Amino acid sequence: MGQLVANGLVTGSVYAIAAVGVSLVYGILRLVNFAHGDFMAFGALIAYAVNGPLHQSMILAALAGMAATALLSVALDVVLWKPLRTRRAGFMSLFLAAIGLALILRQSLLFAAGSGPRSYRVNPYRVFVIGSIRLSEAQVIAIATAAGTILVVGLFLARTTTGRILRATADDRALSAVAGIDVGRATRIAWVISGLLAGLAGVLAALVEYSFDPNFGFQLLLPVFAAVVLGGIGSAYGALAGGLALGIAQEVSTWSGFAGGVNPVYKPVVAFTVLALALLVRPQGIFGSARVA
Amino acid sequence: MSVLTSGGFWAFVGVVAGIYTILALGLQVQFGFAGLLNFGQVAFMAIGAYTMAILVVKEGWSTWLAAPLGIAAAAAGGLLLGLPTLRLRADYFAIVTIAFSEIIRYVATNETALTGGSQGTIALGSIGTATQYNGQWSRFQSHVQHSLGLSSSDATMLVLVWATAIVLLTVTWLALRTPWGRVLRAIRDDEDAAESLGKNVFAYKLQALALGAALAGVAGLFYAWEFSFFSPDDFQPLLTFFAWMILLLGGLGRVWAVPVGALVFGFIFAGTRFLDFVPFSWFASDERAYLRLIIIGLIIVVLVMVRPQGLLGNRREMVLE
Repeated sequence: MGQLVANGLVTGSVYAIAAVGVSLVYGILRLVNFAHGDFMAFGALIAYAVNGPLHQSMILAALAGMAATALLSVALDVVLWKPLRTRRAGFMSLFLAAIGLALILRQSLLFAAGSGPRSYRVNPYRVFVIGSIRLSEAQVIAIATAAGTILVVGLFLARTTTGRILRATADDRALSAVAGIDVGRATRIAWVISGLLAGLAGVLAALVEYSFDPNFGFQLLLPVFAAVVLGGIGSAYGALAGGLALGIAQEVSTWSGFAGGVNPVYKPVVAFTVLALALLVRPQGIFGSARVA
Repeated sequence: MSVLTSGGFWAFVGVVAGIYTILALGLQVQFGFAGLLNFGQVAFMAIGAYTMAILVVKEGWSTWLAAPLGIAAAAAGGLLLGLPTLRLRADYFAIVTIAFSEIIRYVATNETALTGGSQGTIALGSIGTATQYNGQWSRFQSHVQHSLGLSSSDATMLVLVWATAIVLLTVTWLALRTPWGRVLRAIRDDEDAAESLGKNVFAYKLQALALGAALAGVAGLFYAWEFSFFSPDDFQPLLTFFAWMILLLGGLGRVWAVPVGALVFGFIFAGTRFLDFVPFSWFASDERAYLRLIIIGLIIVVLVMVRPQGLLGNRREMVLE
């Protein structure tokens, strides 16, 4: 049981980091970024190129993956999202465009990198034992990195001026513009943070799963969306809580003391069952608002 | 260029377009007329196909009983999905419907005893026997072929799919011209106004969702019959996105724009699979498969950017928001 909670924390950390990025972008742009999973795969693959063929350290590789994903996010804002904003495109247009973008990105990754599985140059057999709990090195790194990231992002949003600007823009874009906030700059910052976090989540997910391919981001996308919705779309803190809660719920559901346990293949279904139950009680998500502003 | 002159190729493009017409027509009812952002349409296709195949193989039912039950099961799936979710915000509804279609696919992949699991319908029966669900359908198809004097089974399938599609298009077109259809459009345009006029918005939305789901069930049946085998992998979310692309290609809020969109899509989709001359011959077949989906993604993005009402859509009637 303790082991399952620990595993859940690992999965949940990855979901949480990815979910914050989705939520941040939604808050500011009202865009449900369906391509976020493929951003994660992009970051993981860039890191692989740096770590594998270029023989650089894993830390450098992760930083390169994050930077590249942030760059891609900002570039896409210029060529795709900004023209759509100028046209005052609504939720539906943005969502469909994101779906098209997800297709383009994923298939381009497959085209460029092939569909075969790959792994970072890390030792998968190093294990840490804490009491009765055994964690692989990758899992420990994931939890530690996630805890650090969550703290930094939380403090950034709560305490810094830029964080306040982001939250203000998310609350009311028009009013923020009137108050003299550079809304365009806030949008770019949101994309940079979302991209950095997507790249990081991708690298961590790839480390934890050990072997990954360009499709793996899309498979992670739906639990990440579930985490975002559970927390209430647009709420960064909600996304963090939702990610951790779903990760733990998924793992603990397989506990044999719990009516024999759920077959592990149904973990993604567990995520959505939790979501469906939560939405029945609170249709706007745990921290969400009832109406879109 | 030999492939372009072969009748089999064009018949295949036509059959694919016909099946997608029926699938996307369901989406047109749900989104184009009721404003529902259903992104799980493929689930209903899977429910229709699996219900029919399971009843025929495991229960020994006649195809002519199993097929309507497959459609009914798809419609029931729509009701089941709609009851708890239709009150959600539009963006949540979109996400939850994708999730629903993935849950259906997970169940189909993992409940091997019921569905044959990832091996697909070939494993529906007992171990060691390859099973078929389309014996009765094939006999019916060859009967039609002889009575109409058609040259091949491909051509027969083409006629059967499009005859069904045209009937369904006509019925839907007529249904949307009734008072019922006008209420749906009123809900799409202003939900609160429709509600204040005493219309039960929730019930109308539920009906539109179930009707669209039933249409997807019909598409699932033809999909099953055309390919005589299917597995959970055939029902990826990608198919739902194809249906959305057809809707955009054709035009929003117009029933007869659906087959136009489906034909264009069928040519892009089936066409890029078989075209084997330059520039397509520069790439290996798996690379061509990736390129094909990149092109489809590009078309979706470009359509959303430059023509949000779809190619034949009426800007005053409906435009993507």
